[in-house]
Amino acid sequence: MELLVDIRKKLPGFKLEARFETESGILGLLGASGSGKSMTLRCIAGLETPDEGRIVLNGRVLFDSGQGINLCSRNRKVGFLFQNYALFPHMTVEENIGFALKALTKQEIRQKVRDQIRTLHLEGLEYRYPSQLSGGQQQRVALARALAVNPEILLLDEPFSALDNYLRGQVERQLVEVLSGYHGAVVFVSHNMEEVYRVCSIVVILSEGKVAASGGKEQIFEKPPTLSAARLTGCKNIFSAKAVTPKCIKIEDWGCILHSDEPVSPNVSHVGIRAHHIGLAEDPGEINTFPCQVIDAREGPNTVTAYLKINDLGKSDHGYHLQWEISKEKWSEVALQSQPLLIRIKPENLIFMN
Amino acid sequence: MDLSPIWISLRTAITATLITFFVGITAAWFMAGYKGFFKGLIDGVLNLPLVLPPTVVGFFLLLLFGRNGPIGKVLMALGTSVIFSWPATVIAAFVVAFPLMYKTARGAFEQIDGNVISAARTLGVSEWSIFWRITVPLAWPGIAAGTVLAFARALGEFGATLMIAGNIPGKTQTIPVAIFFAAEGGEMDKAFLWVLLIVGISLTAIMIMNYWSEVQRKFVTGGGRKKYGTFSGYKKEASGIQTGSEI
Repeated sequence: MELLVDIRKKLPGFKLEARFETESGILGLLGASGSGKSMTLRCIAGLETPDEGRIVLNGRVLFDSGQGINLCSRNRKVGFLFQNYALFPHMTVEENIGFALKALTKQEIRQKVRDQIRTLHLEGLEYRYPSQLSGGQQQRVALARALAVNPEILLLDEPFSALDNYLRGQVERQLVEVLSGYHGAVVFVSHNMEEVYRVCSIVVILSEGKVAASGGKEQIFEKPPTLSAARLTGCKNIFSAKAVTPKCIKIEDWGCILHSDEPVSPNVSHVGIRAHHIGLAEDPGEINTFPCQVIDAREGPNTVTAYLKINDLGKSDHGYHLQWEISKEKWSEVALQSQPLLIRIKPENLIFMN
Repeated sequence: MDLSPIWISLRTAITATLITFFVGITAAWFMAGYKGFFKGLIDGVLNLPLVLPPTVVGFFLLLLFGRNGPIGKVLMALGTSVIFSWPATVIAAFVVAFPLMYKTARGAFEQIDGNVISAARTLGVSEWSIFWRITVPLAWPGIAAGTVLAFARALGEFGATLMIAGNIPGKTQTIPVAIFFAAEGGEMDKAFLWVLLIVGISLTAIMIMNYWSEVQRKFVTGGGRKKYGTFSGYKKEASGIQTGSEI
């Protein structure tokens, strides 16, 4: 099972240039809204036509501008799960699932529909209409309908965005469970990095139509190689920086030096520090230790985001230098300490971008 | 009293509505998906009979179907002519009724969620099947409304009919034409009778179709939050319980 995508398409405002490959497993396509991720998915499904390039699925050429190949959607054998599920509103659950199964006998169709209904836990809902279902149920019906025709690849377009927070976690778990029994490739499009991290094994990050990073999720989230990849994986503190020695970089705006424990590429342009990677220093003599003032703190449901101003450094655009995310428990201890606080950034947690 | 105008009117209106139904839906479907340069112009021409005076429509039809018109010449060569014959009443009724069907059906097609059609495409279903099993059922309330309006308009057509079909009792004299000549001839009682009749037919048709399309609309949107939704949804569910699953 493999998918190769290499397409270019001119869109209003930017040019989509998506290039990636995947074998079986779930590939996450992560990007901000308007980054071209849904368009890429629609191109794979044949709902949109790229200007040029190639799309190959399991050795079958779906699209090749050079050879003039452009299979229509109905011959591509792709399953597409739409953001709004796009169920047929005038058909019952059963009719929706059996809609495309017309080459078979009535008995076979019934059996297939029953199988899907069982697999997706839709028992008892067979004669309901889509408007009589909850969001999670609608999604399962849409998934059952897509899987009923045995697609070679499953394309999921922001499958959780239409659900409220409470349902989201539950539906996500069910989806992963269903997908674990599916043998084809899966492409999962989302703008939510946590969702992508939980659901997928491989991640492709799209930024303004271009692939900003791709690879295993741990690697991409730990060390995002580009600026936009760092932003999309949730890195809050990013500064332009220059390597001064092989293991030292200088944050140019502030004129301060950070030490790395591994050699830094001379082409480094930015350095990132994740907000939860900042810690209190135990010993003022350690490297990457800075005295700072807490100038503001915002409480979230589980964590506190503190805005830190490092002493003796140049002015920052935002009025603070670093965002620090810390658990509420820890924060209650920190809040009692006298300022300035001494914070430390572990050298292994620095993210370097070229 | 000669009752032939009733039958001529009904025959004309029903025939014209039938033709309008298929031509209108086809044109609406084509235009809903057409993205070409001439979209505005074609749309304008198709809607023109709606705003033009019926006499202008009649005049154009005379130019087309008359002895020297392009279609008239072809018909002459075949040894026939439609001017001042019953088919002329159908042609006139069709042309004026067409925009109503076209416009309403197109609006209905354009309101369908594009993802629903896309979903059907990715499932491997042919375009023909998608059109009849998804597009038409989902656009049905609009199509039904367009059909009623087209029927009522076809039934009430007067100006263009008079110009190309004339006023031949028993042959081309429809109710609206009969009303005009009865009133002009001072036979107010007779005219009044026809007026009542045509108001009756039109009102009944609109009421029946409105009721029906209301039922259909609920069906399409699934009937909101009620447990069993619509009447038809309920029926389906009830019959499903009795007979086991049926697809």
